[in-house]
Amino acid sequence: MSSIDLRGQIRVLDGNRAGAYGVLLCKPDVIASYPITPQTPLLETLYKFEAEGLFDPEMVEPEGENSAMGTLIGACAAGGRTFTATSSQGLSFMNDAYLLAAGNRFPIVMAIGMREQVSPHGVISGQQDAVLVKDHGWIQIYTESCQEILDSIIMAYRLAEDEDVLLPVNVCYEGFYLSHHSQRVEIPRQEEVDAFLAPLKGMNRLKWTLEEPMVFSSYTVPPELYTEYRYKMCMAHQRAKAKFDEIDREFAAKFGRSYGGQIEEYRTEDAEIIIVTMGCSTGTAKVVVDRKRDEGVKVGLVKIRMFRPSPKERLIKVLNGKKAIGVIDRNVCYAWNCGHNYIEIKTVLSDLDRPLPVLLDFIAGLGGADITDKHVEKVVERTIDAAKGKTYEPVTWLSLE
Amino acid sequence: MKEIRLHGRGGQGVVMGAEMLAYAFVLEGKYASSFPTFGAERRGAPVAAFLRFDDKPIRETHQIYEPDCVMVLDPFIAKSDTIYIGLKGDGIGILNTPKKAIDYWPQNLKRLGLIDATQIALEEIGRAIVNTCMLGVIAKVTGWVRLESVISALEMNFEGKLLNKNAELVKRGYENVEIFYKE
Repeated sequence: MSSIDLRGQIRVLDGNRAGAYGVLLCKPDVIASYPITPQTPLLETLYKFEAEGLFDPEMVEPEGENSAMGTLIGACAAGGRTFTATSSQGLSFMNDAYLLAAGNRFPIVMAIGMREQVSPHGVISGQQDAVLVKDHGWIQIYTESCQEILDSIIMAYRLAEDEDVLLPVNVCYEGFYLSHHSQRVEIPRQEEVDAFLAPLKGMNRLKWTLEEPMVFSSYTVPPELYTEYRYKMCMAHQRAKAKFDEIDREFAAKFGRSYGGQIEEYRTEDAEIIIVTMGCSTGTAKVVVDRKRDEGVKVGLVKIRMFRPSPKERLIKVLNGKKAIGVIDRNVCYAWNCGHNYIEIKTVLSDLDRPLPVLLDFIAGLGGADITDKHVEKVVERTIDAAKGKTYEPVTWLSLE
Repeated sequence: MKEIRLHGRGGQGVVMGAEMLAYAFVLEGKYASSFPTFGAERRGAPVAAFLRFDDKPIRETHQIYEPDCVMVLDPFIAKSDTIYIGLKGDGIGILNTPKKAIDYWPQNLKRLGLIDATQIALEEIGRAIVNTCMLGVIAKVTGWVRLESVISALEMNFEGKLLNKNAELVKRGYENVEIFYKE
């Protein structure tokens, strides 16, 4: 095997390997992860890097995901930079440690190679695993391309370890459609990333040592203190939003690539209708937006990058005055019989000026199903019709048609 | 943008071949992406892989339903007409087969490349893994990528003696494919 040190080169990498290069460039102190499809090749690549001496983290092989997160909680308490990755049932198995990490404000970065949850059983793409934990206190970034996975991991460390934030961050990418999709990727040089992460060195961080032991996750706190913890965590999430926009701008200046921060606004300015996407179907949807623009349709697209915390202010700004919004959801919410971003956007509607835009939801891409340009064309056409005042279905299960 | 669909069986290197081909395009300064059909990986089971290339960034992440070119690595799968489903007009077909002609020309097929890649692979590496040979074939039949780029892309997965043998396979594919045109 030829050298796998591809830093500074332009290569073809799938999402897992692109993510692994992102991790390599950020030089974590401790990695603890348990393999699960479709995340496994990311972990394998990290082990190859370590075996070839490209970096020297403490590599812990735990017996399961819960222990993986437990290990990182300890490492983070000692002031370390940490990384793990998981998918689907692995994330479920990790759940209580996952909550602990957020509640203790440990800035762990974790990739999620998104996959459907049981049952029915399926080693197949979806977003259900990651959206299920939307109120567990983690920041969640969703990505569209392999390049964006790599870049978002670097940005995730800047966000997580910022002393104004100190929250764990998920970088989410769809299993197979990105994890196993090989794309042209520019791998930054090490010194570029070192310089980008340098501001973190001067940041305040709790550090547990044998000389100065501390108690984390204390069993009994009075309700006032408990509430204060919760309040402070909510405030940290709110601060993370503008901070992420700043980090994106700085990243663009240094690396020449920008993703818009919390959301990407694509041809939205004069748009009358907006398509909302999250994840890798965004690319396909942008192609359709361009096609429809050529036909004279005033359509734009909003990509949700930061799903948690909610990019509320940015959404209000971009959606105000639009006639109709079509949401594509690769996940489901049983309670409301729709997808999760439909609920998010519906919540934002109450803050918009009257007349409110019409809102439609399209559930697609579940269980590994493809989201094609033909699907997105349907979404655009029906959203246009709804904007014109025609009757419409609020929620459509697109893949069942 | 051009779109290619590859057919073969698990273990024949379909997925890895598509990825090396994508890298060959990237080496020429183009944009390219490739990915397989997804499912439980099973040696011997039919698999397909997709490849797109273009002069500008590729944004599509969905599977390919209307390819400009279909390339088949497995001689038995090459017998099935279903491989041509969705092929665009003036389409290109490339088959690994010991045959010297096809029985009839499916609709939309305009150019056809035939090669006995299995025989060449057995001679060169002693195993019926034909992906690298077929990369040389597709370079010749389509003219979309240079032979040198394909050979350079091999270093993604090979080194030393195996790199040399696979480079030889690419060349033999490039030189020995027979090209036919629909009249």
